[in-house]
Amino acid sequence: MALCDYLPALLCKFPALSDTTIRAGRKTIDDGFRGFVRSYSSIIDAAVQPLQVFLNYLERLFVTSPWPIILIVMLVIVYLGSRSLRVTIGTALAMYFIGLFGLWNDAMVTLAMTTVCTIFAILLGIPIGILMARFDRVQAVVNPVLDVMQTMPSFVYLIPVVMIFGIGKVPGMIAVVIYAVPPMIRLTNLGIRLVDKEVLEAADAFGSSGWQKLKNVQIPLALPTIMAGINQTIMMSLAMVVVASMVGVGGLGKNVLGAINNQFFTVGFLNGFALVAIAIIFDRTSQAFGKRLQKHSEVIHG
Amino acid sequence: MASHAIEIKSLYKIFGPRGADYIDQVKAGLSKTDLNAQYGHVLGLQDINISMPAGGVMVVMGLSGSGKSTLIRHINRLIEPTSGEVLYDGVDVCRMNERDLRDFRRHKTAMVFQKFALLPHRTVVENTVYGLEIQGVPAAESEKRARYWIERVGLSGFEHHYPNQLSGGMQQRVGLARALTNDAEILLMDEAYSALDPLIRVDMQTVLLDLQKELKKTVVFITHDLDEALRLGDKIAILRDGRVVQQGTGQEIVLNPADDYITAFVKEVNRGRVINVETIMKPLSGNPEGMPIESGTVLEAAARAMTAAGQSNAHVVDAAGRPAGALALDTIIAAMVTPTSHDEAQRAA
Repeated sequence: MALCDYLPALLCKFPALSDTTIRAGRKTIDDGFRGFVRSYSSIIDAAVQPLQVFLNYLERLFVTSPWPIILIVMLVIVYLGSRSLRVTIGTALAMYFIGLFGLWNDAMVTLAMTTVCTIFAILLGIPIGILMARFDRVQAVVNPVLDVMQTMPSFVYLIPVVMIFGIGKVPGMIAVVIYAVPPMIRLTNLGIRLVDKEVLEAADAFGSSGWQKLKNVQIPLALPTIMAGINQTIMMSLAMVVVASMVGVGGLGKNVLGAINNQFFTVGFLNGFALVAIAIIFDRTSQAFGKRLQKHSEVIHG
Repeated sequence: MASHAIEIKSLYKIFGPRGADYIDQVKAGLSKTDLNAQYGHVLGLQDINISMPAGGVMVVMGLSGSGKSTLIRHINRLIEPTSGEVLYDGVDVCRMNERDLRDFRRHKTAMVFQKFALLPHRTVVENTVYGLEIQGVPAAESEKRARYWIERVGLSGFEHHYPNQLSGGMQQRVGLARALTNDAEILLMDEAYSALDPLIRVDMQTVLLDLQKELKKTVVFITHDLDEALRLGDKIAILRDGRVVQQGTGQEIVLNPADDYITAFVKEVNRGRVINVETIMKPLSGNPEGMPIESGTVLEAAARAMTAAGQSNAHVVDAAGRPAGALALDTIIAAMVTPTSHDEAQRAA
């Protein structure tokens, strides 16, 4: 015997809007959006064209360059960044195995995409983070937006992105950047807000302008946190390439997607491990670089 | 470079979002406790009037919460006053616009902080040039001046160390060098030595006194330590609950404490090192007796000299060597012994 037998219907079935109302509302919004996209599609395409060309060019550059050149350039960058022979040798080995299993070209596509996305996310995230740290009002507006960006399933915001930009690298890149930029913004904001108040007061007492304070005190002292943000951003954009492959980004993610669809156990794991290898190379290099920037804080007077 | 006096006139500071609304009530006599209980605002400073001597060391002394750090931050306006004036060279710092204030901070003041507040990512030299860098002085010039002051504070050889690699005393030397390199007329020292070990503290006091002899800056020094205040201060103001309880020279305060609070402070002081012979000398009756002692000598040194010479009488001579007064060993000893209560202290004076 259920309780609802005795209660009025209103208390038992949630008073939802009628299906007709919802359908009408949905249709209005969808049609409106579709109409908007259709009427502006030529302008949007023209605006996105340069980015498309750049992404294509970069991908071609990575894929068509002879592999020894790419490998040497990579090893040099890794060594200059980390100053560690171990990390450099690890990179060489990882890239060797990626090449050995026939994934070199796909890895290059992924590498090109991740590099561009990370740079974009950093260039976008740091200034927003600085503004947030500076103005409480900006923080109050941006924080909920970041919450939405981080919790909204990426497939959901892929829908309007695909509607606007179609299938290809640009929507893929937008999806990756939306997913990867929040930690950059949050950690830049946090790092600047955590800067020692006394040092800031000293900077004020010597008559620093706002810009001088930012350049001499806030950014340098927030750098460890900002570096952690960059690291997170790299990791998240690598994690996102698989989802991005659903809207037409090639590379390792596309192979993984194919493996899921066809239950190719070996192919899935091979490509997965290739992604992990690239992630570890990025991570170790950027961490070691960040640590080197903070050399002064390691030697403590006893 | 002539330094000017700093005049603080009826300065009030009420902390809280609507501090200015209560200023009239506070001026009419609303107490700190009532202000906090009724309106939730904190009275930081009330009716501060201090004239800080040009080219001298002004010590502001008080325990924690007395408002001394708040007071020093009004001189370069790191804290905005609720009402009142801070005059330097005839200009009210509290009325300066942003640009003038920045110029004032850059060129007229330099500050040393309790917790050093050095930039951890910069070496000693890079920290020391900070003030000049902000002013836009060319790098070569500012580094030359920085190296001079690093040497003067005794840090030669540590130019390229990071603050983390230095002890507290050495870090504060960097703080001092940074302030001196700025070549400002006003030197603000906010509990600059409070975080240091006692021995290093005395050491740093000597550094400051030696430098001050030649620099003649207007120094404002904050401390909670009366011995430090008496050693450094040409003039001392004692703060309690945001109010000046007494101000004057070290001797005036030790000999004439204004109330029980200050008497309690003064009790532990080594009076023999604070009071000068001319303060307790008697008028000369007849010819000067015994050995001559220069005016300005502290009692302890006079007693030591007289005991060594085996004399119980002496006379004080002024700078020109003329006899100014008579002195006996038992008067010296009586003056060196601490009176037990406030009343007695006043009788003794």
